[in-house]
Amino acid sequence: MTSLLSLHGVSKTFDSGTQAIAALDLEVRTGEFLSLVGPSGCGKSTALRIIAGLIAPTMGNVAWPSGRPEIGFVFQEPTLMPWRNALDNARLPLELKGIARADAEARSRQALARVGLGEFGHAYPRELSGGMKMRVSIARAIAAHPKLLLMDEPFAALDELTRQSLNDDLLKLAREDGITVIFVTHSVYESAYLSDRVVVMTPRPGRVTADIAIAQPADRSVAYRLTPQFTDAAGRISAALGDAMSRAA
Amino acid sequence: MKRWLTYSVPVALGIAVLAFWEWAVTHWQVPRFVLPAPSAIAQSFVDDRAQLAAATWTTFRIVIEAFVLALVTGVALAILFAQSRIVELALYPYAVILQVTPIIAIAPLIVIWVGYEHIDRALLILAWIVAFFPILANTTLGLRSADRNLIDLFRLYGASRWQILWKLQLPGALPYLLGAMKISGGLALIGAVVAEFAAGTGTATGLGWTITEAGNRLHIETMFAALAILSVLGVAIFFLLSALEWALLRHWHESAVSRQE
Repeated sequence: MTSLLSLHGVSKTFDSGTQAIAALDLEVRTGEFLSLVGPSGCGKSTALRIIAGLIAPTMGNVAWPSGRPEIGFVFQEPTLMPWRNALDNARLPLELKGIARADAEARSRQALARVGLGEFGHAYPRELSGGMKMRVSIARAIAAHPKLLLMDEPFAALDELTRQSLNDDLLKLAREDGITVIFVTHSVYESAYLSDRVVVMTPRPGRVTADIAIAQPADRSVAYRLTPQFTDAAGRISAALGDAMSRAA
Repeated sequence: MKRWLTYSVPVALGIAVLAFWEWAVTHWQVPRFVLPAPSAIAQSFVDDRAQLAAATWTTFRIVIEAFVLALVTGVALAILFAQSRIVELALYPYAVILQVTPIIAIAPLIVIWVGYEHIDRALLILAWIVAFFPILANTTLGLRSADRNLIDLFRLYGASRWQILWKLQLPGALPYLLGAMKISGGLALIGAVVAEFAAGTGTATGLGWTITEAGNRLHIETMFAALAILSVLGVAIFFLLSALEWALLRHWHESAVSRQE
């Protein structure tokens, strides 16, 4: 697989003096599903924001060997505009890019249909459940056809069943569109289920301590969560996470 | 059932109070220049209708002009504050000073500056000063309360400052602005009347002047009539602005949702 982006010695110290990440080296390959796992305050979110170009690193740089692709971002909260209905929320990226309204509406309607909300275009965020709001947020991210999707603990606030169904839908969308995903999570099981590769980070300042490749079956389902293959992957991530924590202590 | 009670209970109480008032004034023979009976006040509405109508129109016009002016300048300055911290640091203390200095104390100065021949303008300025600050303060707060993550998302998609303001900050500030408008509408009315008192008699012929004049001549029933009109004006402004708030927020804002369900 070719390299999509790489972080070289990226450090970030905030104005408050907090050092979020120190000398982070990370390569992300085109088409992979990469999870960043680590305890709170290990700078996972900061790393995502640096990759998105929303904040500048204090030191180091982000390299894009074949240019910076279209990027989508999904936050922990659905982060919708309450005064816009689902369709107009999903349309936002296209609108900001200056795409003609009819075209933008068609594309965002299609994006809503793909996350299973085809019937809910006119619903306002307050009329939707937490899981549905997160689906609108994902529809908004994929409406602009990103090649890289950055997700910052997107399903952390959802119940287990909703989370599993969103996990499956996300895998399907990413595979269909050939999207590279960088997924930040606290959950060992979620990362074991979703990822081709899991990178474990130490607490503040964040550094990579383990890089775990997972050979995933093409077709994952509820039954997969019960296989030795899955539990083995979860076990390796868990061990690496425990190791990272003990180093910090 | 509940909705029916919302209107019938206060109306019934009002009628009962008026009836008791009418009876009490006759029964204890309260002098007319202390407390006139409701029927005498009603008579004043008929007898003084031309003067009351002209005074109402004058006050109403000043209130509306001051309110619109406060709305435009308050929102414009709030947008400027939200765009530039330096402008806010420079101007905000003076906006506060203007707000906390009692309007009644500023009034004579403003009247002298604009001249007695332009007393309308003095009233407008004074009503504007009191109505302006809630709009400025609340809209500034609203513009600053935009979701940080949404701002990041706008930036990610290359939005301009103007797009962030127009599509994110202003819609988000709307509930704050509408709340401030309800306060400012009432304040504009208070400002206009207080300014008339401060300006004294002369070329000002609004409801404030009517109350002063009627008081001087012990026409207490005319004072009550003017007071009643002021209350109705105040309530009408409040209801109109509440209706506007409801119309603009009913689809999405929590304040409107709870009323709907």
